[in-house]
Amino acid sequence: MSNDLKIKVRGLSKAFGRKVVLNNLDLDVHRGKSLVVIGGSGTGKSVLIKCILGLLAPDKGSIEIDGVEMIGASSEVRETAMRKCGMLFQGSALFDSLPVWENVAFGLIEGRGMKRAEAKQIAIRKLGNVGLGPEVGELYPAELSGGMQKRVSLARAIAAEPEIIFFDEPTTGLDPIMSQVINELIKKCVSDLGATAFTITHDMHSLREIGDEAAMIFEGKIVWTGPASDIDNSGNGFVDQFVHGRADGPIKMPIRPL
Amino acid sequence: MIGFLQAIGRTFLSGLTAIGRVTLFTLQSVLQAVQPPYFPRLILKQMMEIGFYSLPVVGMTAVFTGMVLALQSYTGFSRFNAEAAIPNVVVISLTRELGPVLAGLMVAGRVGAAMAAELGTMRVTEQIDALTTLNTNPFKYLVAPRLIAGLIMLPCLVLVADIIGVAGGYLVSVVKLGFNHGTYLKNTVDFLRALDVISGLVKAGVFGFIVSLMGCYHGYHSFGGAQGVGKATTNAVVTASILILIFNYIVTELFFAR
Repeated sequence: MSNDLKIKVRGLSKAFGRKVVLNNLDLDVHRGKSLVVIGGSGTGKSVLIKCILGLLAPDKGSIEIDGVEMIGASSEVRETAMRKCGMLFQGSALFDSLPVWENVAFGLIEGRGMKRAEAKQIAIRKLGNVGLGPEVGELYPAELSGGMQKRVSLARAIAAEPEIIFFDEPTTGLDPIMSQVINELIKKCVSDLGATAFTITHDMHSLREIGDEAAMIFEGKIVWTGPASDIDNSGNGFVDQFVHGRADGPIKMPIRPL
Repeated sequence: MIGFLQAIGRTFLSGLTAIGRVTLFTLQSVLQAVQPPYFPRLILKQMMEIGFYSLPVVGMTAVFTGMVLALQSYTGFSRFNAEAAIPNVVVISLTRELGPVLAGLMVAGRVGAAMAAELGTMRVTEQIDALTTLNTNPFKYLVAPRLIAGLIMLPCLVLVADIIGVAGGYLVSVVKLGFNHGTYLKNTVDFLRALDVISGLVKAGVFGFIVSLMGCYHGYHSFGGAQGVGKATTNAVVTASILILIFNYIVTELFFAR
């Protein structure tokens, strides 16, 4: 059923010096589904997403997007694959030197060579899709609140209508109401585009809201995968401890007792 | 003893690694700068930043250097009744050495630091990663325009600095030291050779490239939040300044060694 797989990761390993972050990791992301990867801080979630996007070079392993191998691929092959991807960064990563509309239209103008006027129209429309008016397009990122920056970043991620959207901790640092707004926008945007979504988070509420499938990463390996609806009855010690936020369990925190 | 040798070995190896990384960064930057797509708007913006906005600081440096040079030469040369050589000393010192070196050092402090801080902040806030996910090569978009602008604008700045510096020397010589203004200008023009100016402009081009390269290199590879950006900024200015002095000797050797 590999035709059904949008992303296929096999034996992925990455270490920084002596610290092994990803350890022979396997993961499948099914076409048109929303996979949410959960895990504690420092378990390798962000490194995993950066390896898939080619922002970090893994030490070994295989990453296929639509059946095309990305490890060791030529820049043309990688560029073609990247055109299918959009990304919402944890800290939004908006370009401070550009107004909001240009941030949203950036991939269209610089990446695809679209005319500025045409790209601006699309950017304004995408801002509308995330609940922001055209007047916001003329502001600079520094003039926006954290929630608005996340929404602009979401608009930028969907501007080129990607087939795969990556979300890195989309609700971190937001209040519960804004988190819910972002979750709903993610759900709507992904379903409108018919895209495949890959989210990493430690926010259980986000997982329940936006996930079709879930996976848990621990010490650089996937220790559980299953439907997101099964997260509360996974029967897996790691997942149970994480979901219920218990200090006791198979996950040992490296802290000294008080 | 073994520990001491290990420390020497470590320092030597890290020095070699740094040279290798800078060389690869330079090759990649130059390769990307000569291949399309080009970003003329960004090149023009950087030309304004490096050239136009550096004019006041370079101009001030040049005028006072020319004035001091005339004053100091007079106190020395008057002992040998060689005051007539002052215009020659001023113009040759400025065009060959002081103009390019002082302008290079001032631009390293002003522009190199700003480049490192800007790219460093973009690195730690994931804006450079965002560029890659938006199908834009950071070397083409961020590094190449700065290198091209540095290469073009520093010679322009030095040309202006040469003129302003000579004017400073002229002012002191005529107003304070009682030189005849016509004779001063005639001596200046008579003794100046095209090679004096050309060698200075070639040096300026090399220094402009070095300043931009060091600013981009240290900013691009910065890590560790605000402290990392601060360190990158300091390193950019220090390495650019040292390289300017080293390359000043090398270019002088190439032009004037017998």
